[in-house]
Amino acid sequence: MTDKTVSLPEERRHGSFIKNNLRNYGMLMSLVAIMLFFQVVTGGTLLQPLNLTNLVLQNSYIVIMALGMLLVIVTGHIDLSVGSVAGFIGAVAAVLMVTHKVDYTLAFIACLLVGAAIGAAQGYWVAYFKIPSFIVTLAGMLVFKGLALAVLQGQSLGPFPPTFQKLSSGFIPELLPEAGTLHPTSMLMGAVLALGLVYASTKGRSREQSHGIEVEPYAFFLGKSILLACAVLYFTYLIASHRGLPNVLVIMTALIALYGFVTRRTVIGRQIYAVGGNAKAASLSGIKTERLTFLTFVNMGVLAALAGLVFAARLNTATPKAGLGFELDVIAACFIGGASAYGGVGRVGGAVVGAMIMGVMNNGMSILGIGIDYQQVIKGLVLLGAVCIDVYNQRR
Amino acid sequence: MTAMLEMRNVSKSFAGVQALRDVNFSVHAGQIHALVGENGAGKSTLMKVLSGVYPHGSYEGTIVFEGEERRFRDINDSEALGIIIIHQELALIPLMSIAENIFLSHPPSKLGVIDRDEVYRRTRELLAQVGLRESPDTLITDLGVGKQQLVEIAKALSKRVRMLILDEPTASLNEADSAALLERLKAFREQGIGSILISHKLNEVAKVADHITVLRDGRTVDSIDCHAEPIQEDRIIRSMVNRDMAHRFPERSVKIGEPVLDVASWSVYHPIHPERQVIKNVNFSVRRGEVVGIAGLMGAGRTEFAMSLFGRSWGTNISGSLRLEGREMALPSVAAAIDAGLAYVTEDRKQLGLILADDVRKNITLASLDQVAPGRVIDDIAELKVASDYRSRMRIRCSDVYQETGQLSGGNQQKVVLSKWLMTDPKVLILDEPTRGIDVGAKYEIYCIINELAEAGRGVVVISSEMPELLGICDRICVMNDGAFVGEFRGSEATQEKIMRAIMRNERSIGNAAPAAAEMGGSQP
Repeated sequence: MTDKTVSLPEERRHGSFIKNNLRNYGMLMSLVAIMLFFQVVTGGTLLQPLNLTNLVLQNSYIVIMALGMLLVIVTGHIDLSVGSVAGFIGAVAAVLMVTHKVDYTLAFIACLLVGAAIGAAQGYWVAYFKIPSFIVTLAGMLVFKGLALAVLQGQSLGPFPPTFQKLSSGFIPELLPEAGTLHPTSMLMGAVLALGLVYASTKGRSREQSHGIEVEPYAFFLGKSILLACAVLYFTYLIASHRGLPNVLVIMTALIALYGFVTRRTVIGRQIYAVGGNAKAASLSGIKTERLTFLTFVNMGVLAALAGLVFAARLNTATPKAGLGFELDVIAACFIGGASAYGGVGRVGGAVVGAMIMGVMNNGMSILGIGIDYQQVIKGLVLLGAVCIDVYNQRR
Repeated sequence: MTAMLEMRNVSKSFAGVQALRDVNFSVHAGQIHALVGENGAGKSTLMKVLSGVYPHGSYEGTIVFEGEERRFRDINDSEALGIIIIHQELALIPLMSIAENIFLSHPPSKLGVIDRDEVYRRTRELLAQVGLRESPDTLITDLGVGKQQLVEIAKALSKRVRMLILDEPTASLNEADSAALLERLKAFREQGIGSILISHKLNEVAKVADHITVLRDGRTVDSIDCHAEPIQEDRIIRSMVNRDMAHRFPERSVKIGEPVLDVASWSVYHPIHPERQVIKNVNFSVRRGEVVGIAGLMGAGRTEFAMSLFGRSWGTNISGSLRLEGREMALPSVAAAIDAGLAYVTEDRKQLGLILADDVRKNITLASLDQVAPGRVIDDIAELKVASDYRSRMRIRCSDVYQETGQLSGGNQQKVVLSKWLMTDPKVLILDEPTRGIDVGAKYEIYCIINELAEAGRGVVVISSEMPELLGICDRICVMNDGAFVGEFRGSEATQEKIMRAIMRNERSIGNAAPAAAEMGGSQP
């Protein structure tokens, strides 16, 4: 009997409010705890401006791919080929720019288009031929790993044009007068972001209130907003005091905001979740389930290509081994972030936090000098643990 | 005669909600004991206590079975004593055969190797016993729900059964299958098996029960010995809902206008067996403000017909003409059908109607997101308002519109599905088994909604296997059999006998001695 028709008494409603929020913010709190832990055991190295900048650069391509992977997982599929695709695109970029001296903008666009085509090819089999995505993308993983080797003829290829390198290793240009080690433009952008976030949430809250919608208690809201703004400002400050905001961080932030918006507020986002939640019901509600599945794979292809470019620019060479095992980190990030393997459930914020948890652990353990062997063991256990906690929470 | 089973002063609560209070319940050997009550009255909870799903210690009270106090730790303990429960949601494995499913947990074997001959022999025996004419090799997925139910019973019979608990066994069965199933229950009674029958269908209960217990809000509110006193449905309903239901079907003023849906020479072929014609050149029409019922046995093609109209969502090689308000429409996709003003409320709301993990709000707006999303961006406040509107209009009982639909009761889930389709502002609504598995109170509310829709000038088509329901709410009833309409009656003229006769005559004329039809003929006076 699951007939919970009566409205809950007030104190239970409050309780469930806190419980729901705990579930939403649980992973974020874990991230904070993990960061504090490594900050302490590494003697403060983790949050040093140089290291923090590196952390961002090292994980940017994982975060970028996690955004696409989240959508794929939400529709109830998986994409195992993203690492190989990223490596292949890096190779294509090198051949275009280094061997054939193609203009970097043109090459960049061409690479994204190739990524879209790869996504479309895989998505076609999955969406319209109903071949399990696990199999299609497993095939894709082998195919593109092989193609990367073939394109590069087994050699590393580099260096890239300096402007292209800026994609990963560049920082936003300083437009304001220098102020010691601080980069005022970067600080300003951080401040604008912090204010923007607070403004948007305040406006949203008052809008809900004016429509008589129950909102979270003011104390909660105020505390949350202050914490959020402080966190943004503090991290901007840390990063700005090194060399300013990396270009790739700006791209990443913009993408996170975009995908967050698409998943929560747009029709297509809502429909993607519906397909993952119950494809038959969605299709009988007039949703074109096949086309949506197809599009999530195209999107994944483009993001994998972008990640491949970022990675190649960062290494400044394309190597046949690039992208090896990325798919595992990306998929782990989504599941740690609370996405459901059955589809229909998962948040962009969660996937980003999941990617950061993986990133901080990689970085922290490397600083501590833990060998790559035990790093893998620990990461595996964290993945299992995170998903277990999530499943346990869902059951209650 | 001492009772075979006695449950004394059973109480059980979940997180502060009292599901059962001091319930006393007893069943004799060779007795069919019906347990009735609205959804949420505590019937399933009581049965879960009995079968050990809720282990000893998680409830208060005592269970005495065959003279001894029992403390079941899990369902295996109760099964070992021959207490077998058949759940409303069938627990068969779709891609295994009938035989494999029946002997899933205890296959007859020699030296650990499954004895296939023995499996087949016993499966055939059991299938004969429950009256199911299928090969033991048939996969469950190829059977209809009615037949799957019979397989469940056969599975129960393969174990040592002393007491059989059936949770809404006929909820998804048509009249003929239901009647057949009830006959089986009577046969078990002769063998001294005690049965507990949970059902919303009072006419069935009246037909077979020896004793009726009515639960309401976790308490026993009425207990009727059917041999000592005549069964009064009104009395049962009154105790169930605690309100007088003089009329089980709401009154309405009928105002029928011009035709809104016109279907001519519609034919549909089976998607997997394209040589099989499932719908055979049928004509069908609905007028504004009219409620048209489609009666028929299960497998008659009613759902297939409805789905093929609804954007060709079932079948291949569909031909015929479909006119909406006089305009010829192609409707190649569900989206096109919705845009044109068709809505189809599916038979199976959990599998096909709802996204159970999503909340009430998202489910309601799913088919008409454009209305709350100017420029493809969802206006969450507009969405919330629409959803809250439907919640109060349809009286959906939920904590708020953010509650997951998976947590709602059947009646409230159905109201969410109806809200979704009302929001698309359809000209014609096709409701497929709209009250299946829903309690009496919620049924009445659904009927009221159907009336409102018709009064607002929409055409309503109701597909139902419950004939009294069709007779109670329809202006016109079309009878479908074997993919064709074989009879049509005005609501005022129709009777159950006439409808059944239309089906029977057709069954005979096409020389199809379907077992279901034969049995139905037997149960008719």
